[in-house]
Amino acid sequence: MSAIPTLRLSLGPVLFYWTRERYADFYREAADWPVEIIHLGESVCSRRRDMKLDDWLGIGRELIQSGKQVVLSSLNLIESEADLRDLRKLCDNGEFLVEANDQSALQRLSAAGLTFVAGAALNLYNPATLAVLSRLGMQRWQAPVEMSRVDLVRLLDDCRQQGLDAPCEVFAYGHLPLAWSSRCFTARRYQKPKDRCQFVCQKHPEGLALRSQESQQVFTLNGIQTLSGACQDLRHEVSDMAEMGVNVARLSPRPTGMAEVVEAFDAARRGELPSPDPLSLVDAEVCDGYWHARPGMDHSRATPPE
Amino acid sequence: MELVCPAGNLPALKRAVDEGADAVYFGFQNTTNARQFAGLNFTDKRAREGIDYAHARGKRVFCAINTYPQPDGWAMWTRAVDQAADLGVDALIMADMGLLDYAARRHPDLARHLSVQGSATSHEALRFYHDQFGIKRAVLPRVLSMTQVRDLAKQSPVELEVFAFGSLCIMAEGRCYLSSYLTGESPNTRGVCSPAAHVRWEETPRGLESRLNGVLIDRYGEGENAGYPTLCKGRFEVGGETYHAIEEPTSLNTLELLPELEELGIAAVKIEGRQRSPAYVSKVAGIWRQALDRLAQAPGRFHTEPAWMTGLGEVSEGTTTTLGAYERRWK
Repeated sequence: MSAIPTLRLSLGPVLFYWTRERYADFYREAADWPVEIIHLGESVCSRRRDMKLDDWLGIGRELIQSGKQVVLSSLNLIESEADLRDLRKLCDNGEFLVEANDQSALQRLSAAGLTFVAGAALNLYNPATLAVLSRLGMQRWQAPVEMSRVDLVRLLDDCRQQGLDAPCEVFAYGHLPLAWSSRCFTARRYQKPKDRCQFVCQKHPEGLALRSQESQQVFTLNGIQTLSGACQDLRHEVSDMAEMGVNVARLSPRPTGMAEVVEAFDAARRGELPSPDPLSLVDAEVCDGYWHARPGMDHSRATPPE
Repeated sequence: MELVCPAGNLPALKRAVDEGADAVYFGFQNTTNARQFAGLNFTDKRAREGIDYAHARGKRVFCAINTYPQPDGWAMWTRAVDQAADLGVDALIMADMGLLDYAARRHPDLARHLSVQGSATSHEALRFYHDQFGIKRAVLPRVLSMTQVRDLAKQSPVELEVFAFGSLCIMAEGRCYLSSYLTGESPNTRGVCSPAAHVRWEETPRGLESRLNGVLIDRYGEGENAGYPTLCKGRFEVGGETYHAIEEPTSLNTLELLPELEELGIAAVKIEGRQRSPAYVSKVAGIWRQALDRLAQAPGRFHTEPAWMTGLGEVSEGTTTTLGAYERRWK
């Protein structure tokens, strides 16, 4: 028997629109956190331009000094020629690996003979798809957010049998990225057209809660992106993940308390996380349903309704 | 431009062909296609009958196998591809990269169309699918504006098909997981969105309430038209305001854009709605046939007839229509 592989931790790209100062402070702190991989860049909206590619490259170089692996995440929804020009620059950066988040990026990277990371919205559900991307230079891949543990166990087994051994990453913490639109829902809330949005999403560093008329938080609006209302938290699943062959657990940045989140996952992968107290109050805004093959919003330790 | 119409069952297929569809598209009775509804879609026998009917009248038939093969179901998806090839369809409509690869190797001579679920929103993305899997045509997502469609059409390596009429998906198709977040089932995994099995209607003192797996999607007052609780079309509260925070219940109607689409060299216009009745298919196909014929006769003088717009309005969601993302200010 080979030793159980160690689970690496990654920071996903910041999905929200922060100020330059907030990004700078965040990554200055993150340099000292026990994460091995850091994804940088604007992956949601091309109108968010406070940070230029050079700014991200600068942050990336500093993080490399701290021993992190740096990956640049590409935009999820490419719509215009300008988006394609930016994508080209990102792919041709010459320093860092790129996470491809759509087929435009796959085209650019594979045509240039560059290796890449395959993002969750590329819809990698089966070994045949992973085989295609492996041939093209895939170094790591993220499972679709809606994939259950049971399905992933099966997929990883099938991949091993077919000799597909690119490391697999799971979205382990944060509001789940669930959809992208050409419409900006934050601008819509402020009754502004997207072309003149005045960057109102920057006022919401953790997104804008969308609630049902019964005050249940259903989704989180983040510009053109829709995230889950609850925060997925798989900290109690990380030893299981490592055993089944998941290599990386992704933690999605939030503006406050991220150091504690990283600390908890680091403790969990070392087997030092206290087991959940069944009597403790479950945070209503936590979910882990997808992992347990249930609706994503469900929480496995929540008390079932009467 | 080719008129591509939905066939949820054999009667709808025949009506579409009779009313002037140039091509029809259908799926099998399982989760291999994105309209998996009870009582809908085709058995092998029915498909054979439908294909014979269309081919006898010089029309083409496409088979949609446009969900994503799940880890425990690869054989079901490849069987669907082989079955469609055996039936002699004119093209396969697919989204999954692995399945496209399979079809390209196993049935190299059978045309492959990229489904809207494949989310190709740029000419680079189209080139990817073209270079890797030899797709002949792609259906464009409903997220692009007319200017963006124009840019894309100039450089596309493949034929383009655009959505002409029907339910409006507001999210980039194929990359929307909202439905499984609420119900466990999504277009990608199960070929459904906001599935009926999770819908509950309830009369309450506060009004008629629609729920999806317990989540309140909308509440209707006296005299308000209640619509199907598609999760992105409900009324929600954001920052103290309650409104259609994502999208209103409305249908896409691009009839007035026909001359522009023609000029861009768009190969086909697609009608959505395999889940709709044969009467719907018949009506919509008939109106679009008239419009396309009018366009062909006098491209410079095309204008929409009020009767066409009224007819389409009657079968629209919320009985209203929009140009959607084609019109920039919608965004």
